[in-house]
Amino acid sequence: MEFLTSILTITIRAGTSLTVATIGEILTERSGTLNLGVEGIMLMGALSAFATVFYSHSLVLGFLVAIGIGGLLALLHAFLTTTMRANHVVSGLSITLFGTGFSSFLGQRLGPATNNFRLVGLRAERVVPLDSAWIKQIPLLSAFLNQDIITYSVYLLLPLSWFFLYKTRPGLWLRAVGEHPQTADAMGIDVTKIRYLYTVIGGMLIALGGAHLSLSYTPGWSENITGGRGWIVIALVIFSMWNPARAVWGALLFGGINAVQFRLQASGTSIPANFLNMLPYVGTIAVLVLMTWWEALSKKVGAPAALGTSYMREDK
Amino acid sequence: MKNTPTPKVDMRNISKSFPGVLANDCVDLKLNKGEVLALLGENGAGKSTLMNILCGLYRPDSGEIYIDGRQVEIRSPRDAQKYGIGMVHQHFKLVDSMNVLENIILGLHNEPFFLDLKRVRNRLVGLATQYHLDVDPDASIWQLSVGEQQRVEILKLLYRNADILILDEPTAVLTPQESHELSRVVHVMKQEGKSAIFITHKMEEVMEFSDRVMVLRKGKVVAEASTVETTPRELARMMVGRDVLFHIEKKTANPGKVVLELTHVEALGDRGLPALKDISFQLRAGEILGIAGVAGNGQKELAEVITGLRRSTKGKLQISGEDMTNRSPREIIRRGVAHIPQDRTSVGAVGDLSVASNLAMKRYRSKPLAAGFFLLPKRMLDLARILIEKFRISTPSPKTQIKFLSGGNIQKTILAREIEAAKSVMVAVYPSRGLDVGATETVHRLLVSQRDAGLGVLFFSEDLDELLQISDRVAVLFEGRIMGIFDTNAVTIDRLGMLMAGMTEEADA
Repeated sequence: MEFLTSILTITIRAGTSLTVATIGEILTERSGTLNLGVEGIMLMGALSAFATVFYSHSLVLGFLVAIGIGGLLALLHAFLTTTMRANHVVSGLSITLFGTGFSSFLGQRLGPATNNFRLVGLRAERVVPLDSAWIKQIPLLSAFLNQDIITYSVYLLLPLSWFFLYKTRPGLWLRAVGEHPQTADAMGIDVTKIRYLYTVIGGMLIALGGAHLSLSYTPGWSENITGGRGWIVIALVIFSMWNPARAVWGALLFGGINAVQFRLQASGTSIPANFLNMLPYVGTIAVLVLMTWWEALSKKVGAPAALGTSYMREDK
Repeated sequence: MKNTPTPKVDMRNISKSFPGVLANDCVDLKLNKGEVLALLGENGAGKSTLMNILCGLYRPDSGEIYIDGRQVEIRSPRDAQKYGIGMVHQHFKLVDSMNVLENIILGLHNEPFFLDLKRVRNRLVGLATQYHLDVDPDASIWQLSVGEQQRVEILKLLYRNADILILDEPTAVLTPQESHELSRVVHVMKQEGKSAIFITHKMEEVMEFSDRVMVLRKGKVVAEASTVETTPRELARMMVGRDVLFHIEKKTANPGKVVLELTHVEALGDRGLPALKDISFQLRAGEILGIAGVAGNGQKELAEVITGLRRSTKGKLQISGEDMTNRSPREIIRRGVAHIPQDRTSVGAVGDLSVASNLAMKRYRSKPLAAGFFLLPKRMLDLARILIEKFRISTPSPKTQIKFLSGGNIQKTILAREIEAAKSVMVAVYPSRGLDVGATETVHRLLVSQRDAGLGVLFFSEDLDELLQISDRVAVLFEGRIMGIFDTNAVTIDRLGMLMAGMTEEADA
């Protein structure tokens, strides 16, 4: 039981950044904008959060800066895809390329002179998970409770975002814009405004996911700290069929693979580390294949119908 | 009238142009309170553009709009909503994956933040009863028939208290009974002091629905009259600019050998449910077999199975005696089967390509349009010019992207291409849907001439008058089954209407 609890604790911890970013991307895609810049935005979020906390010693400021940077990058994506009507895939990939390169560049420039201007290998304040001995005595449940504040926010964010999407007026409008912008427009909904709004909110959440990595999960900056989590998020959105309530299962699954991989590595198994590191990505591919297959079989289409298309009123 | 009342809607000097097309040219339109105005015109005459301006989707290049005598700026559909203007578009503005209630309140700012669908349902059921517009409020849109979807659209306007209703070709998708129902609903709304503008091509409907009629041609108003003071024939002439034949001259059929034969064919629909059940029939060269039935009873699937676009799960398909079951579209095309698809903009033509490219679509592989691997664009243009002339396609140039043409001209382009490619069978699915009398007449004439040239023509239509006029035999499709095949001169419209509703004589008696 203790083993299970500890695995579950790591699972949830690893799943936190994935879940936050997945909810962000779900909101974005629900508006019809496809943002493949997740990986880049997460990296920029992780870097800016860590650098800010290193110099200001304020965790709150660190998160705020990351959220701001994420919002700005997403705003750029919204501008390119909505106003300039650029191809969503191209714009998103550019943001990922930019975020990957620029975060690595800044990681070698923003550090203090004593560390050769590098951020790698430095320590800063970090978000500490709750670690109550009293809670620890409750098996399993303690895995959920002995977590940090971001994880607690996820507990709130999951049901709230689901409720927002399906039970509120703005949620209805958001879904309509992603499904059929022509209809939304004819019904007096400002399609452009909604796409901007949720792309930016989505970018903020994605960057928050990145910040959780450098401020809590693997504290500190290292190049490519996300290790492809941005791409896993894109797969998780598909896995959850664009429904936040389902996002939790995907994130736990991938967090779980991470946790098991950690455990195995720590136990000194003879399985090569590279093979274990590969597992989450193999999982991603497997899930994508299965989901597409299942979707094709059941004809159940979960994707917002207008995903990845730009909308212009007088277009034919 | 002694003293002219202030018109409800007064559009003055409206002009609007699109790249290469002047869609509205200084149009004036007046609509009085409690009046139904029919807006008549050929495809591309600018009716929909004018109405899209009124409902805020398009901005006019110039001109003024007055509502109740006050000048207004309609910048967006939201502004239009504010002035009580609501439109049922030709392509419904409904979100398929959402249910009726969600669609009804979509975009309404005064709905509470936390959706209260129970209240919406109560009010909706009230409206539905009041206007006899029966619809299941909890059904998803994709589960509804086209007629039901239209009821949702009308309920949506009523829910928003619209008192200026614009209906863009509302009867194009309805059965005769449903059209009649609609006319009754419009009548009730009129008595409540609401006004309506009604876009249509069908003369009987102008007569049945409207108080006044306005005719547009090439973006200009060419005539305006009180409905009682005009006749269908006169209207048709004003609309097309020449006399229209209401009856197609047709020689008796002279059927030859069997060109298409289906034996016990079954197929699944898009949702994986059986869409065709045990379909067997023969089509001979030199005859037109009409397929009657309300849309969604397997017409699309049947046409797709014949043209190789859908796999059949059972049965046999023969073209000119050769087994072609589940062969590729290319092989079937090579056997001379032509297809005028139901969905002309997504299956029939590539919107972003030029008229010339669309015309070349079925013959680009071989001479004279290709030299081995390379296309010869100049020859494609030459061919396009010939076909544009021959089929009287109205387009600014053969290089114009086809999406900028009107529906009628897109259809003529498809017809031109398919007729040139047809050697044995012509599958025409709703070829005249949404077309005006002029273009419909052209389509009918072309189909009959194809028959006389020795092709087997399979003609899908929902309009029984049209079917009986054009076809030599008629088959009725209901829920994927053929309910019977009749000689056109041995069957009545009533009989066909009953079969279309699934009523066989035994069940009826």
